[in-house]
Amino acid sequence: MTDRFKPTDEKDVEALVAYALAEKTPLELWSGGSKRSIGRPPQTEYGVDLSALSGINDYDPAELVLTAKAATPLAEIETLLEENNQMLAFEPADLGPLLGEEAGKGTLAGLYGTNFAGSRRLQAGAVRDHALGIRAVSGRGEIFKSGGRVMKNVTGYDLTKGLSGSWGTLAVLTELTFKTLPKPETATTLVVHGLTPETAAIAMAAAMGSSSEVSGAAHLPADVAGGFGVDGLGAGATVMRLEGFGPSVEARAGMLAEVLRPFGLAERLDAPTTATLWRAISCARPFAADTSLPLWRISVAPTDGPAVAAAVKAQAPGAKAIFDWAGGLVWLMLPGGDPMVEAVRGAVAEAGGGHATLIRADAGTRAAVPVFQPQPAALANLARRLKDQFDPAGILNPGRMGR
Amino acid sequence: MSGLVMPPSDAEVLARRDEIVAALRAIVPGEGVISDDAEMRVYETDGLTAYRQVPFVVVLPETVDQVARVLRYCHDNGVKVVPRGAGTSLSGGALPLADGVLMSMMKFNRVLDIDFDNRVAVVQPGVTNLGITRAVEHRGFYYAPDPSSQIACSIGGNVAENAGGVHCLKYGLTTNNVLGVELVTIEGEVVRIGGRHLDAEGYDLLGLVVGSEGMLGVVTEVTVRLLKQPDTARAILIGFPTNDDAGTCVADVIGAGIIPGGMEMMDRPAIHAAEDFVHAGYPLDVEALLIVELDGPKAEVDHLLERVGAIAKANNAAHIRVSETEAERLSFWAGRKAAFPAVGRISPDYMCMDGTIPRKALPHVLTRMQEMAASYGLGVANVFHAGDGNLHPLILYDANIPGDLDKAEDFGADILKLCVEVGGVLTGEHGVGVEKRDLMGEMFNGVDMDHQIRVKCAFDAKQLLNPGKVFPTLNSCAELGRMHVHKGQMPFPDIPRF
Repeated sequence: MTDRFKPTDEKDVEALVAYALAEKTPLELWSGGSKRSIGRPPQTEYGVDLSALSGINDYDPAELVLTAKAATPLAEIETLLEENNQMLAFEPADLGPLLGEEAGKGTLAGLYGTNFAGSRRLQAGAVRDHALGIRAVSGRGEIFKSGGRVMKNVTGYDLTKGLSGSWGTLAVLTELTFKTLPKPETATTLVVHGLTPETAAIAMAAAMGSSSEVSGAAHLPADVAGGFGVDGLGAGATVMRLEGFGPSVEARAGMLAEVLRPFGLAERLDAPTTATLWRAISCARPFAADTSLPLWRISVAPTDGPAVAAAVKAQAPGAKAIFDWAGGLVWLMLPGGDPMVEAVRGAVAEAGGGHATLIRADAGTRAAVPVFQPQPAALANLARRLKDQFDPAGILNPGRMGR
Repeated sequence: MSGLVMPPSDAEVLARRDEIVAALRAIVPGEGVISDDAEMRVYETDGLTAYRQVPFVVVLPETVDQVARVLRYCHDNGVKVVPRGAGTSLSGGALPLADGVLMSMMKFNRVLDIDFDNRVAVVQPGVTNLGITRAVEHRGFYYAPDPSSQIACSIGGNVAENAGGVHCLKYGLTTNNVLGVELVTIEGEVVRIGGRHLDAEGYDLLGLVVGSEGMLGVVTEVTVRLLKQPDTARAILIGFPTNDDAGTCVADVIGAGIIPGGMEMMDRPAIHAAEDFVHAGYPLDVEALLIVELDGPKAEVDHLLERVGAIAKANNAAHIRVSETEAERLSFWAGRKAAFPAVGRISPDYMCMDGTIPRKALPHVLTRMQEMAASYGLGVANVFHAGDGNLHPLILYDANIPGDLDKAEDFGADILKLCVEVGGVLTGEHGVGVEKRDLMGEMFNGVDMDHQIRVKCAFDAKQLLNPGKVFPTLNSCAELGRMHVHKGQMPFPDIPRF
């Protein structure tokens, strides 16, 4: 049983890292813990529950900026933003249920540390594109800050981006500042039924290449389409979301329907149904039904998504896929216990490159195979040196990303 | 050159000049190495002309292999390297060193691939910012970040500086529009970060490289995101009797959930200078002028023009004009885009500053700036990206008057300190370079800066790439690497432990 610490403020974190440094004892870090099972299992004597570093420090809706302690629950932030008709535009996804955790455990630090954005990533950017500033304690036991509270800032190196997606292996985040944006006035989804993934990718490319400003584009094949909580998608659905001011959404819906006409008649979903659907797509909901099966999260060029899925399916006929980000984000669930690492990463390389992360697998598998995409030697070398600079003693989540 | 201290020259390198030039010629044959003093003079400065230094030697590689071999040679021989794009940096990012190889990337000027289906372009770093749009506009696409120097500046330089522009309020800065780079490290290793897919794997090295001011590596290829051009763009020109009214109008537009394609503000001195220069039809009896551009489908633009007009009226707008034709829209912008040369006509010299502030601090900052101008006895005109709070105060001075440049620099520093004081930052889009280097301490303490320098150490442990930029003191990587660890009792009895 791992010993657990629960620091209550930044000073505690600083003291804890200093202790770990002195004792040369590594720490496993988590805040909400919803994504704790992603990555190589920790082999640390101590665990650090950061959930007490919680609370919104400053929210200024007029400036579109929010600063909160790192482990502030996302639910709390979204409630506050909702009251002010604002949002985190990268569309936070709750991946807990995919991993066998209850819903709603996510925190701001968990989003930032993983840089996993939802469906609107396609249009609005990733988590890191909305992060404006950080405070953190590095593996050297020093408190430092980067960035600020304004939209446009090129003062010094951009550590705010550099530490995003680092899975707690470079520093312990204590405070985060994010850009917020107005919520769209309304939204609709256009649905085209019965396309193959290959045709869907072409349709989505046409839509993205039009001026209809699509804010979400996904293909939901027939074998998963029933799992999104929206009726009538059963035959497989290619869905595209439009958001904005009422008159604009109406005009663009007409424009997009024209673009999609060669692919079939587009049906319209209303705003509430649109909200339900895209929440489910962002968190790959159908794949939460059986959490024992291996699940991959793959990022490739949008037109390459179908080929990657098809190549893996050729070797694992029961595999199921969801295509988000116009085809560029492939959620791929395998039928048996074998994560088929070679087949998946081979398909990604064959298609032209990208990366594949084994989001879900049992601990034994995660200890045995590289969960994160292995990098070419020169790049891996730079990453290792960065780790050595920020965490020279290797005490922060060692091994989680494979280093 | 006023007061700027650059890293001391390496006497040994200076003494070996002939040998180093010969070695570089062996790697880059023909006219790719320039060592003649007169010919090198064109490289002695960039867009920040107050500082000049003839480089040690200039090299213009044409292939990635040449870049790698030059860098490896310099690494092995302890020779500093200053990368340079088009040389339009406003912060001195490409200021040469007396003992440093200046590496111009302008022969890397080809568009390598355009992938409309995936909406990306792969280009070499010497392609100009506008050159990307020119290469894709026949299909109705464009590259969104649009620094004012976009005709001349290179995408490689944009990556180094994380360049912005009018459009970044809605579409983001360079860092939000670059998907991948090929980078050569000072050790001559060629690495590819990112690509046509979204979000690079592993650490966000791309996020670190963009805006690193040429200090982490030399970019040899850039993959950028392309956007579809909006169907319609129209602008609305709004004059206000006070800066307060204009500032409130900006806040109210954003507050209404409207993110315009561009939202620019000019103060009275800037309005007059611009109008005298290009006769854009700006009202002269106002204190502040806003140009708000709305882009998108026609239905959206029409709808939002109405809403912005109503917000402007509610904020005491004295003049409102909506562009009815494309020519009229461009004429609204003509004055704003010519603001810098226009100010150049009313003052022998001017210095362009670049801070960002929270929007709400705007009236206070403008008032304080006028007070400072009076106390320094210098003029100041303001143009700025109002939507994202990015100020460009233009300080008017005369370099021929002894002491005027020093006064202007002090005034500029005071403005940037004021930006930080109200919760803003030293630079929004021009970069730190040498210009704001010695002000970094206003925003960051030593530990903050050391953590930035540690990134430098991960990429360039010998600190040979563009030293003297960004950081007031570049602590040695060996010194930064030392750890001071105190053994002892658990130092945190108060932390709950389970």
